[in-house]
Amino acid sequence: MTFTQPTIDLTAVSPLLALLATAIFLLLLPLFFRSAGRALLAFVAVIGLLISGVCLFRIPVVPISGFDRLLLLDPLAIAVHGALLLAALLTLLISLNRVEDEYLNYGEYFSLLLFSLIGMMIVTSTWNLLVLFLGLELFSIALYTLAGIRKMRADSVEASLKYLLLGAFASGFLLYGMALLYGASGTLQLNEMMLGIEADASTLALIYAGVILLFIGLAFKAALVPFHMWTPDVYEGSATPVSAFMSTATKAAAFIVLIRLLAHSELAIRFPWPQLLIVLAVLTMTVGNLLAIHQKNVKRMLAYSSISHAGYLLVGLTAASSSGDQAVLFYLFVYTAMNIGAFGVLSHMGVSNADERVDFESYRGMGYRSPFAALCLAVFMFSLSGLPPFSGFIGKLYLFSAAVEKGYVALVVIAVLNSVASVYYYMRLVVNLYMRDPAEELSLPRANAGLKAALFIALLLTVLWGIYPSLLTDLLAGISRPLP
Amino acid sequence: MVPLPYYLTLAAVLFVIGVIGVLIRRNALVIFMSIELMLNAANLTFVAFAQEWRALDGQIFVFFIMTVAAAEVAVGLAVIISLFRLRKTVHVDDIHLLRG
Repeated sequence: MTFTQPTIDLTAVSPLLALLATAIFLLLLPLFFRSAGRALLAFVAVIGLLISGVCLFRIPVVPISGFDRLLLLDPLAIAVHGALLLAALLTLLISLNRVEDEYLNYGEYFSLLLFSLIGMMIVTSTWNLLVLFLGLELFSIALYTLAGIRKMRADSVEASLKYLLLGAFASGFLLYGMALLYGASGTLQLNEMMLGIEADASTLALIYAGVILLFIGLAFKAALVPFHMWTPDVYEGSATPVSAFMSTATKAAAFIVLIRLLAHSELAIRFPWPQLLIVLAVLTMTVGNLLAIHQKNVKRMLAYSSISHAGYLLVGLTAASSSGDQAVLFYLFVYTAMNIGAFGVLSHMGVSNADERVDFESYRGMGYRSPFAALCLAVFMFSLSGLPPFSGFIGKLYLFSAAVEKGYVALVVIAVLNSVASVYYYMRLVVNLYMRDPAEELSLPRANAGLKAALFIALLLTVLWGIYPSLLTDLLAGISRPLP
Repeated sequence: MVPLPYYLTLAAVLFVIGVIGVLIRRNALVIFMSIELMLNAANLTFVAFAQEWRALDGQIFVFFIMTVAAAEVAVGLAVIISLFRLRKTVHVDDIHLLRG
């Protein structure tokens, strides 16, 4: 038996190594320096993220597959790594504002955040089912813990338990699907499956079952209807910055894996994806929006809105083209900025009292009391509802036009109608901000520098990408699908 | 030697028992055990197919699944314990602070 040493390509893993070193350092730092405060830890974490970002920029544009094909860094992976790093950076900054949790160990909190980021980056840059599974579990387990990080609060722990039980349940489906695919093809490389196999009926049955189970597992992570039940509870119970990270970064990771499964593997050709995706897209958008309309709690409203945004992303996925994939990536970037920004304002509102002041009524008159935060929230709401000139509009435009190019006009009509319906609940918040008198004295504490920086970055990106979308589209131009 | 379909049938039955267990049992610990059953069904399938393909990667996969499952259980039991401290129950029907 011959043994070939796998090629070790440190350039390819340098962003991951930088994050790993930072995460371990953050875990150990409070042990040796008890006085290490939130600001110092956050500073270290931000430095780690920036180093990782620089390493990412230094990776050449040609696809690298290192470590005996276990790792793949194509333009798709590199682009989504950028979005994930942005999500982690903004989450870190808005976390700095949460002063009410005296039990929170920030060393653990930041390192868990970075570990989950590493997991997401691994998941999005591989063809190998084993590596995919390990990355997925790495970020999932870190997120289960992050959801329950406020361990003295029953709602936080409850969110953690719900997320954990349903996440592990989904992992079970995912793994069984992987086992069936392995059985049908004899390889763990997703892109090599079905090559050289003349599929008989039983192999085909195995592949169908495997793909469906794998898809169910991923749909749980991406919160697609009908696998969305955990989303509102988990987002409501978790600390607001954690919800922000879960709603954006997890979605990005899951959608990239879906793109790989659907577009770049041989499996895609034999499966009626368009019909399935259309049904799921319509369901996800409509159910998300209908349920969001009835919410009194702003955080829960944003949870349902994140479900409906997964539906819009599915529209781009249905297009099954290079422009569709680019649109999905564009929207993931845009959604990261505007959604974490919105959650950031929410987290600031929650700071002032223990039971998270987050229902619509409590935002009355905020526009006059804290103008900058209210302005940011209003812009994020406009952008989320897809109104020009903000980037949410451009993002939806790209997604929907990619679908129209392929002739899915009816789907796009439904998507646009959904988008119009969603304006109602986003605008309800804006009306509360500016057109109502405050019922009680709003006594908001001053926002700290981290939150201000995060809001400023998010606001800047939301507006800038809306006016100059080419800033982002140029970066994503390398993403393409192989011709079928 | 036991033929492949026997293993696969056993694994499929285990998987279905696990899924049903998750759906109908209301004790968080029992739900957890049912999830482990699902993971073990996947393990058995991997091992059986690895034997069939005469390849090692399926067997190696199983070691990783066991390790990850152990990590998941460690986190899961910690969460269940801290919930029990706060609520004095592990029944998922009693855990409904979040609703809307």
